[in-house]
Amino acid sequence: MDMKTVRSPRAAAAILAAAAVLAASGPAAAAGGPDLRFERAPVHRLDDASLQRGARNFVNYCLNCHSAKYMRFNRLTDIGLTEDQIRDNLILGDAKLGDVMNVAMRPADAKAWFGVPPPDLSVESRVRGRDWLYNYFLGFYRDPASATGWNNLVFPNVGMPHVLWTLSGTTRLVTAEFADHQSAVGAAIASKGLALVEPIPGGRFAVRTVAADVPGSMTPVEYRGFVADLVNYMEYMGEPVRNKRINLGIVVLMFLGVLFFFAYWLKREYWKDVH
Amino acid sequence: MEKMLAWIDARFPLTALWESQWGKYIAPKNFNFWYYFGSLAAFVLVIQIVTGIVLTMNYKPDAQKAFESVEYIMRDVEWGWLIRYMHSTGASMFFVVVYLHMYRGLIYGSYRKPRELTWILGCLIYLALMAEAFFGYLLPWGQMSYWGAQVIVNLFATIPLIGEDLALWIRGDYTISDITLNRFFAFHVIALPLVLLGLVVAHLMALHETGSNNPDGVQIKEQPIDPKTGLPLDGIYSHPYYTIKDIVGVIVFLAVFSVIMFFMPEMGGYFIEANNFIPADPLKTPVHIAPVWYFTPYYAMLRAVPSYFGTQVWGVIVMGLAVVIFFPLPWLDRSKVRSIRSRGMLYKSWVAIFVVSFLILGYLGVVPITVWGQFGEGVPLVGGVDRATVAARVFTALYFAFFVLMPWYTAIDKTRPEPTRVTS
Repeated sequence: MDMKTVRSPRAAAAILAAAAVLAASGPAAAAGGPDLRFERAPVHRLDDASLQRGARNFVNYCLNCHSAKYMRFNRLTDIGLTEDQIRDNLILGDAKLGDVMNVAMRPADAKAWFGVPPPDLSVESRVRGRDWLYNYFLGFYRDPASATGWNNLVFPNVGMPHVLWTLSGTTRLVTAEFADHQSAVGAAIASKGLALVEPIPGGRFAVRTVAADVPGSMTPVEYRGFVADLVNYMEYMGEPVRNKRINLGIVVLMFLGVLFFFAYWLKREYWKDVH
Repeated sequence: MEKMLAWIDARFPLTALWESQWGKYIAPKNFNFWYYFGSLAAFVLVIQIVTGIVLTMNYKPDAQKAFESVEYIMRDVEWGWLIRYMHSTGASMFFVVVYLHMYRGLIYGSYRKPRELTWILGCLIYLALMAEAFFGYLLPWGQMSYWGAQVIVNLFATIPLIGEDLALWIRGDYTISDITLNRFFAFHVIALPLVLLGLVVAHLMALHETGSNNPDGVQIKEQPIDPKTGLPLDGIYSHPYYTIKDIVGVIVFLAVFSVIMFFMPEMGGYFIEANNFIPADPLKTPVHIAPVWYFTPYYAMLRAVPSYFGTQVWGVIVMGLAVVIFFPLPWLDRSKVRSIRSRGMLYKSWVAIFVVSFLILGYLGVVPITVWGQFGEGVPLVGGVDRATVAARVFTALYFAFFVLMPWYTAIDKTRPEPTRVTS
């Protein structure tokens, strides 16, 4: 932009002042309500090996009940798989390469078994975000009161059972009580993982976390890696074009930079005779 | 070439049209940063029309297929994702440039005599643009599309006596349904674009009739003619001078546009809301329904106004007035001068109050009403009331005060005489 033409400091100041007020009012969030603290999802969009493992995890564990009806199998060539690899390892039924990831289970059966039909997962990552998904898989715990025997810290009373429990092992809910909000939040931060801080009767605060009980076939570190791959894949599936979009954006910005240089030089040449 | 032009000119005023509207249009030479946004608004309009046409080729206005067809465009249509992101980013950027363009008109007094009609046509464009955005937002058929439309159409239902029937007439059904989607599609792709284009042409013709204002409020048409150039002392031809300058503006704008579109197309949930990736479900109301950011100042006003006599219509009236009150601005301003540069502290303070009110209302319209907690029970008048509600009421009052008190404070404000030459 031609900075010499910015000639109204007073008017600009009015806007700046307003923006400052607005920015200051931003972080003033409500204190005291339920507050879910997530573990950051360790995923990387360029890690093809992780995405491929995630795709395998997805078709093996999720696709039995959830569809991904906007995702075509042959799209997986995006993440470095060949068509043969997709056909041999990822297509479990009689679907063709160009087909979308449908599910065999009928919606009516699904409703009878789970109360609600399991949602389509094509764009689930764009609804929830990666950290939510990652922590959702860490948030299951045994709850005898629920219909499936499982409950979830991130999604209370979820209809889905913990299908990955053979991998993660069984888990239980741990609740610690604190007299004030500050020490509760401190304890949640100190846990360095998924934690829910919520007010409980008597003006006290509870910090709820999930702890391992009986070990599964994976160690906690292996299980987190498994879930990270899955979430990485789901994020890719939510927007398969993401990497292409970002790469193209860099090229476009460089092009605009060059164009700006010439256009600005031309503008100065023309405007030389304006006094 | 010249012969062909002469042939056309004898039958159609092509050269005359070009010269009167741009080629020989004489503009003040001191346009600053704020003067980019007019041409940028026209530029975004072109982006929206072109990308909109291409989207229409693959989008299906059918409640069963709409959501799916958007994902089809995002995944299976060649470059469909780019066209779709251009259109969704363009919608928000349209409002960004239009709000900045309006702010320019406000601070430099561009609405004053003799440009009242340019201003009014601009206000009509703003209204049409709001309608266009509202109809378009239903089309992806996500949860926010659906429930946003539900909320807005229900506003009409609050009007006494005819409200319920009016809402029914707009929807064409008892709820937002396939029928509603079809008619909103028709409004979005043909009715309102026609209105918008017509208004934009009229807006530009009116402007080119009176000539442009400038940051000093100098009327170059009243200046003596420079014998060397044959132009007013501070006038230059818009072509090529502003043609090339606006191209620089367009390139910078495209860079900003690209950063959003390529690296954060959802813009943190402000340009594309996360809940809109859930297909519309008439049986499941989202916990927190927030309109897209460009409507939030008005939405905050709507929520802030309490219901009296058992009806919510007062909030709707306030919201409507907040938009309509822009129209009489040329007659509310009684100052001797146009530009903020010649005005006194009183006017400047009111502009600042107005801008702050607008931005804070915009923020409050995004967040839940409980965002700042409640006043303690012991506080007189507002005990137990949500702080954000009280704040929204105060800023709504200030928003209107800016307009309603304008005849008074512009008349008594201490102004300096406008210069006769621009202060480039």
